[in-house]
Amino acid sequence: MSKASQIVGELLVTFGIIVFLFIFYELKVTDWIAAGTQHRLSQTLENQWQQPAAIPTTRPGKAAPKAVADPPLSVVDHQGFAILRIPRFGAGFSRVVVEGVNEGDLQEGPGHYPGTALPGVIGNMVISGHRTTYGHPFNQLDELQNGDTITLQVRSKTYTYRVIRKQVVDPSDVAVILPVPGEAGVKPTTRLLTLTTCNPKYSASTRLIVTAQMTTAPTGGAS
Amino acid sequence: MYGFLWRHLLGNNWLRTAQCVVLLVGVVALLLLVIFPAVEPLLPFNNVTVKK
Repeated sequence: MSKASQIVGELLVTFGIIVFLFIFYELKVTDWIAAGTQHRLSQTLENQWQQPAAIPTTRPGKAAPKAVADPPLSVVDHQGFAILRIPRFGAGFSRVVVEGVNEGDLQEGPGHYPGTALPGVIGNMVISGHRTTYGHPFNQLDELQNGDTITLQVRSKTYTYRVIRKQVVDPSDVAVILPVPGEAGVKPTTRLLTLTTCNPKYSASTRLIVTAQMTTAPTGGAS
Repeated sequence: MYGFLWRHLLGNNWLRTAQCVVLLVGVVALLLLVIFPAVEPLLPFNNVTVKK
């Protein structure tokens, strides 16, 4: 065997091993990274929730605000602010939702589209999550059925949504995240929650969209 | 390629094996910590949002 063909052969074998290592990284290592991140996020959130909610500060000369039993939820970019639970994915399925949907946010957990509604607010709250990597929070999104429960916990309050629609759309179909999905410029009257992920698995040719509607008043005491 | 590397490592066979292990760990760490995270955004299956 010539020297050159031996070198080519060794390079090809090396490349093959690197490809396998990359698959291992994507399907396993990213899960471990995300598990660690989620653990850290949930600890941070728990600590935050043990503190009393920040009450808006008053400026001198202004009347003190009424005692706020239910302070408005505020979110900080790239930080966790709610816990998402989907019983269909398993009794223990819970993920901390972070604010933002850029690459880094989504590696930490399901990400909330900035500017879309917050839990329990009229409008459309949109959360995106990975399907196959980084803890794949939305791996089984296709298994959700109409009527399935999705809950969001913020402090002691739990907001319950029920799935009303599941659809596969084009990646550029931003109409699904409008306050009233599909209808631009219409004032929303319902509290919706939209979950998005890539579809089919291991591809991104389309997006899987699950829409849920808040049915009952939030449960849990005043925060 | 690997034969060339082996011949240029120092010491007896045990020392050479040890050096190979160190090199291997270094290469794997470089791949996992630097190269894979860098090429990852080029893959399609991490696109989960809808945008124009």
